[in-house]
Amino acid sequence: MAPSADATTDRRGRIRVAVTGMGIKAPAGLTIDDYWTRLASGVSCGAPIRRWDASAMPVGIGCEVPEFDISTYVAPKEARRLDRVAQLGFAAAADALADAGELGADPARCAVVAGVGIGGLQTLEDQDQTLVAKGPLRVSPFTVPMMMANATPALVSLQFGWNGPNLAIATACAASTNAIGEAAALIRHGDADVVMGMGAEACMTPLAIAAFSRMTALSTRVDDPEHASRPFDVDRDGFVMGEGAGALLLERWDRAVARGAHIYAELVGYGRNADAFHITAPSPGGEGAAACMQLALDDAGLEPGAIGHINAHGTSTPLNDAAEAIAITKVFGGHSPVITSTKGVTGHMIGAAGAAEAVAAILAITRGEVPPTANLDQIDPAIALDVVHGEPRPLDPAPALSNSFGFGGHNASLVFVPTA
Amino acid sequence: MERTIALDAVRDVAVEVLSVEPGQVTEQARFKEDLEADSLDLVELVMGLEEKFDIQVPEDELDGVTTVGHAVDLVLAKVG
Repeated sequence: MAPSADATTDRRGRIRVAVTGMGIKAPAGLTIDDYWTRLASGVSCGAPIRRWDASAMPVGIGCEVPEFDISTYVAPKEARRLDRVAQLGFAAAADALADAGELGADPARCAVVAGVGIGGLQTLEDQDQTLVAKGPLRVSPFTVPMMMANATPALVSLQFGWNGPNLAIATACAASTNAIGEAAALIRHGDADVVMGMGAEACMTPLAIAAFSRMTALSTRVDDPEHASRPFDVDRDGFVMGEGAGALLLERWDRAVARGAHIYAELVGYGRNADAFHITAPSPGGEGAAACMQLALDDAGLEPGAIGHINAHGTSTPLNDAAEAIAITKVFGGHSPVITSTKGVTGHMIGAAGAAEAVAAILAITRGEVPPTANLDQIDPAIALDVVHGEPRPLDPAPALSNSFGFGGHNASLVFVPTA
Repeated sequence: MERTIALDAVRDVAVEVLSVEPGQVTEQARFKEDLEADSLDLVELVMGLEEKFDIQVPEDELDGVTTVGHAVDLVLAKVG
């Protein structure tokens, strides 16, 4: 299965990809350890929205990232010019970089690929209000650099001085899974030695909450927000808006080994495709998602039976969870890996979800336990999967799959193998 | 308007927009070199002054405004 520890290329002659740093800024925690503790507790972060008055909203609940001091990451003047999405994203990337230790890499060979579903939406909404109320001459000159979706990877390159490829990927809820996969591709193809594969989102704004609510995508369990996000549960009724950022520092395997880096895991597989079916609904029978998972397994050179754990997309919407369950059953047959959806705890971090869940999947296979799916009291009888609920489940070392499926029919899956 | 009042007001806006210390905002301070303001910062600074003094400053009147003292001159000329 896996090449020997000192091999520099995989079975297809591609450069191997090591995960040597991780960072998180999530509703469930601002550090890797706090994030893991909260995930393992199975207690959801769902609560009434606190950062603004959401009392007029049909759904005024969400999973917010706790307050943190951005001035420990960027100068106060710089912070004023950043939308919350870039603040969260940069902080997670900086944490991942610090976690990776001294890289000693050529800046021209260091890249950033960031998944951002929407971008600086709060800035857009604020400035639009200014435009209407005070006229065009009062619109901030920083509007465009704050709202553009690529502001986050741009900031990372500016702050780190990294001159390599710098890309933003906007595939909605699949954005940061795509970003990490494309980041790995840069290394595999020899285009970069170090890549920050990451995602960030901060669209818990009045417009986005109203809009997702009008789609009937959000849980309306507003009087009981802690129990609103309940992936795969028979009583699930929609997702709970989350926000945040996650980052993986990916590195050429040989240089990670040579510098004695701590290697959390190897990224061995990446699949991505499109449903080509409907702008928001999953393809019937989860066909697109199943094909995507199979692509990731093929890319990794693994049989379905080798996968020990799946961090599911599991948004807690009736349609998505049902389609994903069918898709998993299609690929894995009667053998269900140990599955969880960490969105029960974190809510749906949209473009940041995939990166946060990649972190969770890596922690699960390296720490040897799978966190429970929050609020999974009674599994939907139509879902024939082994979904962890209640307590964390011990897990023997095995490869893990992490899924993300986005509006637009974007599917993306990653496969990680724990380092022995 | 007295010059010291105008300077105080310009200082307030500069401190907020440029994240500098009040003591740095002297009449002689140069926006670019001393206060590290780039072109977008200056647009925001002028917007702040326009709001504070209820004045309009067209772009072409900003040519040559390179120091805090120049900005005070501009404000005094507009407010009268």
